[in-house]
Amino acid sequence: MADLEADGLVRLGLHDLHVELGGKMVPFAGYEMPVQYAPGVMKEHLHTRSAAGLFDVSHMGQVILRPKGPMAELVAAFEALMPVDVAGLAEGRQRYGLLTNDTGGILDDLMFTNRGDHLYVVVNAACKAEDIAHMTARMPAVSVEPVTDRALLALQGPGAEAALEAVLPGVSAMRFMDHRVLGDTWVSRSGYTGEDGFEISLPMAAAAVFARKLLAEPGVAPIGLGARDSLRLEAGLCLYGHDIDTTTSLVEAALTWAIQKSRRAGGAREGGFPGATRILRELAEGPERLRVGLAPEGRAPMREGVEIFAEDGTPVGRVTSGGFGPSVNAPIAMGYVASRFTAPGTRLLGEVRGKHLPLTVTELPFHPTRYKR
Amino acid sequence: MKYTKDHEWLRVEGDLVVVGITEHAATQLGDVVFVELPETETMVAEGDEVCVIESVKAASDILAPIDGEVVEVNQKLVDAPALVNEDPTGAAWFFKLRVDDLSVLDQFMDEDEYQELIG
Repeated sequence: MADLEADGLVRLGLHDLHVELGGKMVPFAGYEMPVQYAPGVMKEHLHTRSAAGLFDVSHMGQVILRPKGPMAELVAAFEALMPVDVAGLAEGRQRYGLLTNDTGGILDDLMFTNRGDHLYVVVNAACKAEDIAHMTARMPAVSVEPVTDRALLALQGPGAEAALEAVLPGVSAMRFMDHRVLGDTWVSRSGYTGEDGFEISLPMAAAAVFARKLLAEPGVAPIGLGARDSLRLEAGLCLYGHDIDTTTSLVEAALTWAIQKSRRAGGAREGGFPGATRILRELAEGPERLRVGLAPEGRAPMREGVEIFAEDGTPVGRVTSGGFGPSVNAPIAMGYVASRFTAPGTRLLGEVRGKHLPLTVTELPFHPTRYKR
Repeated sequence: MKYTKDHEWLRVEGDLVVVGITEHAATQLGDVVFVELPETETMVAEGDEVCVIESVKAASDILAPIDGEVVEVNQKLVDAPALVNEDPTGAAWFFKLRVDDLSVLDQFMDEDEYQELIG
């Protein structure tokens, strides 16, 4: 199902459908994926917020973690790789997690699901080989099984529930972060756009027929990865390799909500994950820098790499994701700034083409999230 | 209308040369969200970066196709950058140049040659 092309890129099962739908195929993390369709990023973004967008995210890594012995050994082994409460996750529920390194940086961010006798994990495409090697090496009591014969679709937006319910009756009863196994189709109520929606894993061979059924539902349009990026930026969500990487701690990244009480100082299973010294110290004392929302005051977008200065000209940080937010109809950005400049409303300067232009530290998200909790 | 290999069009209007970007360029750029124009009464040389266009995807420049003086700029683009996608060869002109000799335009492609380039 996954064909390696002469240019070294992998084509996945929905390739021909994307081309038929007018998708502009580009290299993405070693895969050939649709960055946009004929309407373009702006219209696709707005369509997702007002109706429903169907995204092909089959390049992402799907992995099954199966215990070689009792399930408790898998739970303990996975908790030893992430500052996250794995034990407390109920069956049929999904949670956000982060693999940390020994210096407290982030190897990858992921979603994991308790499926009773195993865990189902979705990781970033660009990190999946390293993640699998890391988990295999660090969890000898666990069988780490890459899932390579399944597609992953995301249906996102206010129209997602009705559209998926028409194709897979019963899913409308699911809440945010619920997971269901419906035959050979795995459905999670989650996504990465800030909208309500679902992620659907299914056999690659069945994906095109399923996608066509969804596209036949009212309001459902195919959306490229370009709009997925602007949607996640408006939702204040991190993109691995840009907003978070092996040098940023999750405290600096303002992802401390992902560390449950049980793993913090005084918790039942405090620490015990890679980089715990730095992460617990930053939790207690505050980080030296913090990821914040940044609103450029003018119309000029401030993109990744833009240097940020205090009003007196002192360098204080850098933009890690930035562009134009179609729903907020203005340029938006995220980046790291030194801790004393992180209060919302703080005025800073971003250097664009040699000029220092004003921007304001802003609460995230830029666009309100609409999860069905 | 004349065309450059950088996907700009040039149109003579009286003794001025009006410059914009082609429909092909606008499509490739995607939705334009920001335009920065030069100051009027600026002398520019061929190849100078005179305008900035930012789309949802990326930033790019418009280069001066020929030497001349910028005598007028299209302020409408600053307030409504989407005009570049809506009417690239009409309402979305970028600037007007005064040049010494209009015959410099002879070096550029005509419509057929440009279509062949992008075809």
